[in-house]
Amino acid sequence: MDVLYFAWVRERIGRPKDVVETQAATVMDLVEELRAREVRYEAAFADLSSLRVAVNQELTDFDAPLENAREVAFFPPMTGG
Amino acid sequence: MDIRVQSAPFDLGQEANAFAARQAGMGAIVTFTGVVRDVAGGLDVMEIEHYPGMTEAALTQIAQDAPERFALGDVLIIHRHGALTPDDLIMMVATAAPHRASAFEAADFLMDYLKSRAPFWKKEKTSDGSDWVAAKDEDETALNRW
Repeated sequence: MDVLYFAWVRERIGRPKDVVETQAATVMDLVEELRAREVRYEAAFADLSSLRVAVNQELTDFDAPLENAREVAFFPPMTGG
Repeated sequence: MDIRVQSAPFDLGQEANAFAARQAGMGAIVTFTGVVRDVAGGLDVMEIEHYPGMTEAALTQIAQDAPERFALGDVLIIHRHGALTPDDLIMMVATAAPHRASAFEAADFLMDYLKSRAPFWKKEKTSDGSDWVAAKDEDETALNRW
């Protein structure tokens, strides 16, 4: 699946996107896998209360299942308008 | 319903006139415009990042929710992304309704949702460096009004 990063999450990880092969059942499982990758991922996912997640371009929660997920995105709270 | 996400500038007067011209039987049109503000002084650029695909979907969803809640005839949302400078227009919302109360209320509703539920992120660049604009708690609280 495609894992996308925006704003300071993208900057902290140093790339806008990863293509990930995963058996993760939930967003949280995926976060744990990403955290284990490298220090910069661990830093980006250190405080989940400052992050939001979208699965297939819809806002959801960290306990959301990843069944049928093609695209998961992590980003800070939005500041539109 | 007209939703546009673009890097190009837009002409507020032209958009407001075109929106008004295509209404029929609407007694009230409200427009809101967001402008880049140099709060602390020294703002060179406001960089607006967005999530292509999700942005359009989220704005469409918000614009579809509004008529269900208010007696609303039509909605226009234009939101820019990319590098903007102070006094540039960031975005506009226009609502058309038979009466002003619902036109005002719907515009307010659209703005509250757009601020915290549309995937845009602002970064302010000054001569001292650059910083992401943090979301405000009150923006989230504002959603609870609806």
